[in-house]
Amino acid sequence: MSVKNARGFTEGIPHNKALGMQLVELDRGEAKFKLPYDAKLVGNPDTGVLHGGAITALLDACSGAAVFASLTDWVPIATLDLRIDYLRAAEAGRDVTAHATCYKRTRNVAFTRAVAYHDDPDDPIASSVGTFMLSTKPGATK
Amino acid sequence: MTLVERLNAAKQSGDYQALLDAVPYSKFLGLTSHFEGDVLITTMRYADHLIGNPALPALHGGTVGALLESAAIFELLVRAETVVLPKTITLTVDYLRSGRPQDTHARAFVTRQGRRVTNVRVEAWQEDRSKLIAAAAAIFLVKPEEAAATSS
Repeated sequence: MSVKNARGFTEGIPHNKALGMQLVELDRGEAKFKLPYDAKLVGNPDTGVLHGGAITALLDACSGAAVFASLTDWVPIATLDLRIDYLRAAEAGRDVTAHATCYKRTRNVAFTRAVAYHDDPDDPIASSVGTFMLSTKPGATK
Repeated sequence: MTLVERLNAAKQSGDYQALLDAVPYSKFLGLTSHFEGDVLITTMRYADHLIGNPALPALHGGTVGALLESAAIFELLVRAETVVLPKTITLTVDYLRSGRPQDTHARAFVTRQGRRVTNVRVEAWQEDRSKLIAAAAAIFLVKPEEAAATSS
């Protein structure tokens, strides 16, 4: 899938658009998304820190995109599970970037790892591992 | 009003919706809450911006994860005797069925409450309570601020 097609696909997802998520990079089995800081995504109004749920949505979307970026033919995918470790609080007012890798794909399942960070991937806010089912429904492209 | 003040006010009045509305992200997701007897149910009202797959259509996995996490935090806030904002350490979500474009409900169960760490299980469903669309296990750091400040 070309980056251009994938970009259209990503931006066509209503919730990604509602969050203000932007696709930064897409490469074979890798995806990088940016979530610009937005007051509507705040979890603690006293501190202005983003809600963990917004980070969850970012990591989920970015991990799914990495799976798509690993496919040669498009098939629908579904998240089976996603585990997120919150390593430290996000800082108020700062954008969050997520970088996901699809590090293994079998006939049915794809495995991902991802990190979310402000500027430095070595100083992550959260990390995640996920598994995705590759659709085998009748009519799906093989 | 700070969040802690709002929580105290909610505990007095029994009106927790004001507390949810004070959290911008909860409003963004369209979260509401109500009690069924003793059981706290958190609901994510359906809205088009929650869709992750327009072809099916299905809810975005991130919104379901966020509902589960919010329901767990809310349960801890409502049940806690002391007022402490729980910090999420890990959240593991199993996606069991695709979320249809309708209201989604969640209920949290505290499985263990320790001095510093609390383990919570959360379930989400739509029309049929027996057909879960997602389930999560979450671990929270729940520690009074003063204690956290002196020990870290």
